[in-house]
Amino acid sequence: MGAMIGIISRRLLQSALVLLAMSFVVYGLMGLMPGDPIDLMIAADPRLTAEDALRLKALYGLDQPWTERWVRWLAQVARGELGYSRLYARPVADTMAPAMVNTALLMLTSLALALALGLPLGILASLRPGSWTDRLVTVLATASVSVPVFWLGLMLIVVFAVTLGWLPAGGMGETGGGGRLIHLILPGSALALAGLGQYARHMRAAMLAEAGADYIRTARAKGCGPARVLLHHQLRNALIPVVTIVALELGGLFSGALITETVFAWPGMGRLIYEAVMGNDFNLALSGLLLATVMTLLGSVLADFAYWRLDPRVRVR
Amino acid sequence: MRRLLASTLLATLLSFPAQAQTKDELVIGITQFPATFHPSIESMLAKTYVLAFAHRPVTAYDPNWQLACLLCETLPTLENGLARQETLPDGKKGMAVTYTLKAGAKWGDGTPVTSDDVAFTWTVGRHPQSGIASAELYRRIPRVEIKDARTFILHLDRVTFDYNAINDLRLLPAHLERPRFEAAPAEYRNRTAYDQDTTNPGLYNGPYRIAQVTQGSHVALEPNPHWTGPKPAFKRVVIRAIENTASLEANLLSGGIDMIAGELGLPLEQSLAFEKRHGARFNVITKPSLTYEHLDLNLGAPALADRRVRQALLLGLDRESLTRQLFEGRQPVAHSLVPPLDWVHADDIAKYPFDPARAGALLDEAGWKPGPGGIRANAAGDKLALELVTTAGNRSRELVSQVLQAQWRKIGVELRLKAEPPRVLFGETVTKRKFPHMAMFAWYSAPESVPRSTLHSDSIPTAGNSWSGQNYTGYANPAMDALLGAIETELDRTKRKALWRQLQVLYAEDLPALPLVFKADSFILPKALKGLVPTGHQDPSPYWVEAWRWE
Repeated sequence: MGAMIGIISRRLLQSALVLLAMSFVVYGLMGLMPGDPIDLMIAADPRLTAEDALRLKALYGLDQPWTERWVRWLAQVARGELGYSRLYARPVADTMAPAMVNTALLMLTSLALALALGLPLGILASLRPGSWTDRLVTVLATASVSVPVFWLGLMLIVVFAVTLGWLPAGGMGETGGGGRLIHLILPGSALALAGLGQYARHMRAAMLAEAGADYIRTARAKGCGPARVLLHHQLRNALIPVVTIVALELGGLFSGALITETVFAWPGMGRLIYEAVMGNDFNLALSGLLLATVMTLLGSVLADFAYWRLDPRVRVR
Repeated sequence: MRRLLASTLLATLLSFPAQAQTKDELVIGITQFPATFHPSIESMLAKTYVLAFAHRPVTAYDPNWQLACLLCETLPTLENGLARQETLPDGKKGMAVTYTLKAGAKWGDGTPVTSDDVAFTWTVGRHPQSGIASAELYRRIPRVEIKDARTFILHLDRVTFDYNAINDLRLLPAHLERPRFEAAPAEYRNRTAYDQDTTNPGLYNGPYRIAQVTQGSHVALEPNPHWTGPKPAFKRVVIRAIENTASLEANLLSGGIDMIAGELGLPLEQSLAFEKRHGARFNVITKPSLTYEHLDLNLGAPALADRRVRQALLLGLDRESLTRQLFEGRQPVAHSLVPPLDWVHADDIAKYPFDPARAGALLDEAGWKPGPGGIRANAAGDKLALELVTTAGNRSRELVSQVLQAQWRKIGVELRLKAEPPRVLFGETVTKRKFPHMAMFAWYSAPESVPRSTLHSDSIPTAGNSWSGQNYTGYANPAMDALLGAIETELDRTKRKALWRQLQVLYAEDLPALPLVFKADSFILPKALKGLVPTGHQDPSPYWVEAWRWE
């Protein structure tokens, strides 16, 4: 256990350094983008004058070098303040909270659906490699990873909302609870269908890799039934790489899926971060992107922990 | 029990037709969600659209493009004596304009709208750190004089023909906003109740008030019980933001929304395709607007500095055919920067009908002779090859660019096409005059808007003036400068119209930019919705939502 704590401590320290570097790079990239929202505002609104532009740039600090602004932002974050969103004129935390909830709801639903469908399909395909079942699953998995999610989303809308009229075409409904769940079906399904292919493929490959292992042969020789060998021995070991992939997906839980959110008008983190980046809303964009980084790093640490729990060889080493 | 269930089911089924007859809720789809709800902080069309249901300016342009009172009793004019010239303390000429707020005008919490709100709004607008986007109007008003609870006089620091247009004076409720502003003016933009307490009824003075906001998704509006004007027909209006236009269309077809607003809706080509497929179910209304699609020319480029070349380029372009083929003729060809619906529009100016022979002759005269491969070249051997830059991802502009390329090829002009993201185009390329030859984009203005910022020689952006000004072409003509100044100060409408004509004549001769079309807004409405009149200018249709009804 002590070794694991040591590993996790080192990973956390590394993560802090990654976050610092990441914030610098992201701030720099945003700061170096040509133009800023005030320029765009001027181009779009005839009532705004050049004098207004200069006043607004000074007010929002956009006339300062980005390095100075990054240092100020860092000091602010060190004090535990995320600041105000320039675009939404509200505290960053208040702006991000509802979008995070929406995104987590969407991504968890789609992840659960993708795993619930993808893993059994992968196992099924691995049972008889080369059979028509295996080929069918392979075709489905290839289609899943190849079809663009925006096209899939639009097709689902055309079939289930426009033609059949069974489900809403987008948005998240005006009321919570059941209304929200109905609005979740299409975007959740689109993401799940787009994601299940990779889980099916990984599961199939991992299961096949374990199928020829010595311990499987030994288990069979000891008289274990096929179901026990499959579920207790083969699946347990095949899950290790799959768990790693799922853990690394954690970052996506809070960074959202921009295209799906846009197609289904789902107000989540993907769209919020995109608008913040395009609108030079540094506080909001940085917080959103760093949150996604933290979640990815956390997922990586969780994957290590899962390895440690699932694979005794890691503990021995 | 079975009988009870059967009768309940029957009653439910029978109730559907009745519900379809009465429409209490109208769901509108737009492509953007407002970032803020403060009437004057940030400039965003989605916000203007949503607030048009709930918050009325003192004056606005009506659907006939005439200035009208929305929150005042009478539009002040020199003729009715409510406006007069006066001498300012520094000896310059200014104006005093008297307004009286509408009797009975109230905020949604029952508090009357008063002159005190005007004075407070003016204070906020003048404060350099309040975050107000467009402060030009406030800069023009050095003093506000309160006569009584409803009457106030605005003292202007100059004599100008648009003295009574105070469309940018979006009143703020002093009883709610003053404490927030006075506590810390520099923090006001982050503390305003419009963003911290958006559903507070006291923030709205229009026929509706914002009742629910789901960030990024939708805004729901309900009638303002203290509205004293005509009662609006719908008990609830929901405005849903659906950024992707294919999804917006699908939502309309599936019944998720009732209509698509023209102000922030489908691009014209998409709505024309929609009309062909679903015209029997919906009314598709296209309204030519004052959005002026054109090619800004870099007059610093040697080839384009010659007026004959600019004229030849326009003559070599079949704009009538272009708008007919691409937009079914719904976007009128522009001959100058003033749209036909504007009262100062002049029709008797130089026009450039498609005439490739004349275009060729003008290019010959300018020294650009046909060369190898059909591309013209000058005596020095330089080819007449131009670069056109426009916004990436804009399907309509991509198509127009290709038409320009093909048509100009026929008169011996080579056109290279380049597309840039809007942020790069408007943040760098155009604003810093980095486009080598021409840039295609649109100017969005107001009725009788004096184009000082785009045509006056003082407005040419340079490093020396921190790239301020929008005269991106670099056009400098003392005659134009003089006309712009004369129009701004001419109070007599007849004389002013004559000056506007001179400006359009000069513009059409000099062609600092090549006019293409006036863009059209496209509204997709249910057949049963009546009373919605598109405006075609910056004041959106919901300013007259009281007239909307379901029949």
